Amino acid sequence: MIAYLLLLPAVAILAAGFLYPVALLARISLNRTTDLGAMEEALSLDTFAKVAGDEFTWELAANTATLAAGSALAATALALPVALLIRAAPARWRGVLSLMAIAPLLISGTARVVGWMAILGDRGLINAALLWLGLASDPVRLINNWTGVRIGLTESLMPYACLVLIAGLGRLDTRLEEAAATLGATRSRTFLRITLPLALPALLAAFLLTFVLGVSAFITPRLMGGGRVFVVATEIFDLALQTVDWPAAAAMAMLLLGALILAMLLRSVVARRTA
Amino acid sequence: MSPGWILRAAAIAGYTLLMAPAVLVAAISFSAGDFLTFPPPGFSTRWYVALLTNAELMTALRNSAILALIVAFVALLAGAPAAYALARLDFPGRAAIAAFLAAPLLLPSLVLGLALLLALQPLKLAATWPGLVLAHSMVAVPFAVRIMATAFAAVPRDLEEAAWTLGATRLRAAWRITLPLAAPGAVAAGALCFLVSFDETVISLFLVGPRLTTLPVEMFRYAESRTDPLVAALAMTLILVALAVVLLVERLVGFSKALGRE
Repeated sequence: MIAYLLLLPAVAILAAGFLYPVALLARISLNRTTDLGAMEEALSLDTFAKVAGDEFTWELAANTATLAAGSALAATALALPVALLIRAAPARWRGVLSLMAIAPLLISGTARVVGWMAILGDRGLINAALLWLGLASDPVRLINNWTGVRIGLTESLMPYACLVLIAGLGRLDTRLEEAAATLGATRSRTFLRITLPLALPALLAAFLLTFVLGVSAFITPRLMGGGRVFVVATEIFDLALQTVDWPAAAAMAMLLLGALILAMLLRSVVARRTA
Repeated sequence: MSPGWILRAAAIAGYTLLMAPAVLVAAISFSAGDFLTFPPPGFSTRWYVALLTNAELMTALRNSAILALIVAFVALLAGAPAAYALARLDFPGRAAIAAFLAAPLLLPSLVLGLALLLALQPLKLAATWPGLVLAHSMVAVPFAVRIMATAFAAVPRDLEEAAWTLGATRLRAAWRITLPLAAPGAVAAGALCFLVSFDETVISLFLVGPRLTTLPVEMFRYAESRTDPLVAALAMTLILVALAVVLLVERLVGFSKALGRE
């Protein structure tokens, strides 16, 4: 009894700010939009049909999936050496190295985009280096396009991949690799035949988590894309606040949620298989 | 086995990528130039002066700080009792309630922001203090519950039981023994909730209006339209706040432990 009393405030706040709004989102996705753009009460799948019947939606979905998959793959691949280094480091260094890998998680996404603008922009670090070295005569466009979004998203997903890999690899027994080395295996052979197969479940978990986060990322595609990159997240935002077509925004959000739930189910199946 | 040079080089590349944006923000924020140019044409603090004298941004900064304080307070007040129940008590439906209290973190903030807009706009609560506090609490409360539950679970049960044996009521034992021992966790949870609210951008973008806006939203809009080093000075301010919180949390409970999913 006392337990429920202790839980009441937290549950009540979440019921008001999470349960009710999400239920309303589902409800509004069943409404219709009139030709004049006003919302009309209804209980129909018309809006879903309109959204799913639009070729642009599928183009957005393909853009989003490709972007998220590519960035998640890159983030996981780049986080692997970081996690391996932390695992091999002396115990007293492990804390600092982990902190350096995970702390960017807490830096505002917009602040990091500003950093990338200074690196990738026409007058940024990379173009300054390319021009100085004579490798390019005009600035290379690295920002306000898909390239910029891919780079920015990869970096913003990396701390999550590090978090999963540091935890996952920390559990692996280092003696197996030492045994391989003792038996005469080279470093690369030990990595390919021992470390990589053992790390595979953690790598898969890191990829799926970063993929799910990448699919719904908004700040990086919007700011690094300079308004020229369109994904599901930017479309939902525009539908809600610029077109003000709530049913369409809600329907697209529900479709996004459905896709994410599928991906998370896949993740738990993978986790159970490999556990 | 000590790491080979290939692993070292690859790890350094990874760390470089992770650190690069923050380092560049720091460098450009002291630029004397008019654009996000690297290398900066000279050293100057003019953009920090511009930031401090920008009335709109200073109002947004004040709003964000007040909002984050209220959100951290609400999250601790609602989260700590819930975390105690989850960590220490046994009751029917425990697993389901624990899952519910973590659920908002699984929802993309874009979808949560949209849902909150649809719910709060008709109630005239969008772009109001209660509306924003409620919205930010959806991210802060689950965080507070998770961190506080870990903190309570780390306090040995024996101490509380010893207090009972000595005649303390359960409430008194929880109040005088368990809560003080979990205090570092509470401070860490409060600091993280403050930061989560202070940095929150996507949900706020759906809910702010001309009457009430927050610093991350203003920074987002600034970065969308202009690219002068003022936005770097602004970004640097946010990074410093984040850094302060990270160091505080690391000191108190260990950062990876606070954020870990284990």
